[in-house]
Amino acid sequence: MAKVNDVVVKIATVNGTGSASANGLLMKSIFRMGIPVVGKNYFPSNIQGLPTWYEIRVTGDGYQARSGRVDVMVAMNAQTYARDLAEVSPGGWLIYDSTWPRNRLLHRDDVTVLGIPLSRMCNEHFDGARARILMKNIAYVGALAALLAIDLKTITALLEQTFADKQHLIDSNMEAIRLGFDYANENFACPLPKRVAAMHGTNKHVVIDGNTAAGLGCLFAGATVGAWYPITPSTSLMDAFRSFCQKYRVDPETGKRTYCIIQAEDELAAIGMVLGASWNGARSFTPTSGPGISLMSEFLGFAYYAELPAVIFNVQRAGPSTGMPTRTQQADILSCAYASHGDTKHVLLFPADPGECFYMAQQAFDLADRLQTPVMVLSDLDIGMNDWMVPEFEYDEESVPDRGKVLSAAELEDMEKFYRYLDVDGDGIPYRTLPGTHPKGSYFTRGSGHTKFGAYTEDSAEYQEVLDRLLVKWETARRIVPEPDIEYSKFNKAAILTVGSGAGACKEAIDRLAEQNVALNYGRVRAFPFSEDVKKFIDKHEIVYIVEQNRDAQLRTLLIIDSDADPAKLVSLLHYNGMPINADFVVERVLAENSKGRAA
Amino acid sequence: MSYIRKPAVSHPKLARNKLGLTARDYEGTVSTLCAGCGHDSVTAAIIRAVFELNIEPHMLAKMSGIGCSSKTPAYFVSQSHGFNSVHGRMPSVTTGASAANRTLTYIGVSGDGDSLSIGVGQFVHAIRRNLNMCYIIENNGVYGLTKGQFSASADIGSKPKKGLPNQQEPIDAVSTALSLGATYIARGFSGDKEQLIPLIQGALMHDGFALVDVISPCVTFNDHEGSTKSYKHTRQFYHHVVDADFVPPAEEIRAAYKEGSAMPIELHDGSKIVLRKIDQNYDPTSRARSFKFLRDHVNAGEITTGLLYINEERKEMHDLMGNIDTPLSEYPLEKLHPGNGELKKILSRYR
Repeated sequence: MAKVNDVVVKIATVNGTGSASANGLLMKSIFRMGIPVVGKNYFPSNIQGLPTWYEIRVTGDGYQARSGRVDVMVAMNAQTYARDLAEVSPGGWLIYDSTWPRNRLLHRDDVTVLGIPLSRMCNEHFDGARARILMKNIAYVGALAALLAIDLKTITALLEQTFADKQHLIDSNMEAIRLGFDYANENFACPLPKRVAAMHGTNKHVVIDGNTAAGLGCLFAGATVGAWYPITPSTSLMDAFRSFCQKYRVDPETGKRTYCIIQAEDELAAIGMVLGASWNGARSFTPTSGPGISLMSEFLGFAYYAELPAVIFNVQRAGPSTGMPTRTQQADILSCAYASHGDTKHVLLFPADPGECFYMAQQAFDLADRLQTPVMVLSDLDIGMNDWMVPEFEYDEESVPDRGKVLSAAELEDMEKFYRYLDVDGDGIPYRTLPGTHPKGSYFTRGSGHTKFGAYTEDSAEYQEVLDRLLVKWETARRIVPEPDIEYSKFNKAAILTVGSGAGACKEAIDRLAEQNVALNYGRVRAFPFSEDVKKFIDKHEIVYIVEQNRDAQLRTLLIIDSDADPAKLVSLLHYNGMPINADFVVERVLAENSKGRAA
Repeated sequence: MSYIRKPAVSHPKLARNKLGLTARDYEGTVSTLCAGCGHDSVTAAIIRAVFELNIEPHMLAKMSGIGCSSKTPAYFVSQSHGFNSVHGRMPSVTTGASAANRTLTYIGVSGDGDSLSIGVGQFVHAIRRNLNMCYIIENNGVYGLTKGQFSASADIGSKPKKGLPNQQEPIDAVSTALSLGATYIARGFSGDKEQLIPLIQGALMHDGFALVDVISPCVTFNDHEGSTKSYKHTRQFYHHVVDADFVPPAEEIRAAYKEGSAMPIELHDGSKIVLRKIDQNYDPTSRARSFKFLRDHVNAGEITTGLLYINEERKEMHDLMGNIDTPLSEYPLEKLHPGNGELKKILSRYR
């Protein structure tokens, strides 16, 4: 039985043809009807001319992950027609541009094919090659509106808002919508059984990508210096920060900028700039992806040892090496946790969605300042570049950013002598000073061996004393990083423990497994080092499925190292083909493990 | 242990600068470099330059990378903040430091390995940005700490202590900087402090990227017969083309210059550099002519020294960007976020 508001539409196009705005229009229209949606963009590492797909999952149940299904395929790319047809779920529909004949040798009895002469209609109604190509995309949105019963008024309102005072664009877009809409209504039985219907499931929600949310988080955290080297899929984070700064970071008195964004010559320089700026007291950050982390590693070790704050966003993509730059993965967990030579380890935060990107961006700056160490926010391409429906963000204007232990000029004046690396409070965090504050505050920042007083040393005991004190700080970090997200019932002996963007698929899988009488608890780590609650969660279960998106079970390895978890009960469910994980995968793998005798 | 504090005694009659500080107040810890190292002379020149400029020690930031040269910030102005970073990365750290606080005076001390080999990318890009700093290269043509390998500034034919002479083209910091558009380019010699001190002073006061390439012989690994970076060779082929006198703001030019030989240039803070042409064929304000002159002399095996190029017109990094004059790090955090009302407005676009 087809139910309302449970449909997956996938659109196959060629990149560089302007289909992104049409797909955005489609998704937002459904969202504005109050129906939860999930949007995923699958695109090549290329500028123009290669296959690209956009997938919209309409989910009245409000699930966050992509579906494994395709109910309606819009096959706009002849190059991928065969595989697009093959991907349609049995009983589904395929829409194609019937201006040109399709390959009739490719046929499926279980798929209904709907031909719409999109090119012909647009060629008749619009002038110019570019307009015709763009309007063809808008026309399929119109056809889908008829087939899925999307409210035309909502589409109109969106177009009016998008194009504001450009009436001719509103008119031409509406004309294209009408072309598709009318053709579908006249030629097919509209709407399809798989249809949408207005509901109230999106109140107080927004549709936003994680990179924009993180950029916004940096704005609200008071970041002033951003240094970066462009790399997919992190680039849009700095783009977002820049556009917010252009609006909100102009000094009202002088008209000058209160931010400094530097496009570095490489990631080696980007992290160096971040450290120079944070040494001088500015909140500074760099967005990057896996290859950038590799290049930054030397400086990250320096920052760990010299105790400098820094915020690094790693929007992870599929590795190793260049890997698949436009596909998603969580395969930098270990390389970030232990980036650099020698005994180093770093605080990591794991956002699960754009909402957490916004909040964790701010937490990252507070933690970096508090702990005087680099903090890495491990997002991924799925979170960073896809549009997610998340609760509207709030900013607490009463909150005071934590700048950590920075001595003021007055405090320095009253001190007899200042020593940079002395653990005065017993929490492993020394006091620091900013250059230019006071003559008594000066010290020498170095990555070479130093004593607790800040002096150079090659003396074994003096060196080791500082190294050991850094472990005291590490335990302080464990106490103040974000707690895991846990849904626990004492009746369940098995659990899923996941990280980051695995959340949606795991939660959906737990619902579906419950229907099959497989009851699981849910846990999601949100930071490294792992807080005590992570260990307690593992201890309470006989079996814990560790669901993560990499080949080598990196989260599992880290749990064994850092929380002393029993490896025997940690069972890996690994998804690493570059596509975002979905519930089907988790359900199938849990059932398979169960049938092996590891009954829950 | 290679960290030795100097005894804190000073003669009561020592000269004091306008801040009431003596030159001793601008000293650092005892150098751990080899006896006779050129770098120690450069350190002494820096101390003199900063003392005479009346720079408050805590308003000076000493930046470095890795190598013999990069150790030296510990040997001057102990009351300044120092940042001894990683190999070849001092320019990026200084760029970020300047981004956060443009009101400090930045002095970077680097070497030919640190700047022309591992760090050549960052050296080049700091120049492109016209980062406001004094960038000193203590240039000796070898790696000292790893025992005498050639660096990228070694001249063709220069002989190592052991092994075969260098056959690869050297990277000349001065002509590289000139081709990249650096706005203050000088070369000095650690053995000529009288020439070097005003060059460093001008570099510190110049508003933009100021390079001071200092031939600073390595007594242990590159001071032998056949080396082109030895004291002897440098003295023999040393060619003053244009010297500079530094005149602080509000002071008159007192020295008597010969008609036509002196060229005063005003810096942004009102101080002046008076260029004394020793070679009348040289024009330190023309990039094209300087470049030809310098290359001709490099090809002739001569070491041209002095203030070789200056451009006070080009804006430094912050002014190119239009940044506020006060340090970003001191801008109040509560004025940096637009508030919950604006957040709601922003988010309305994502609905």
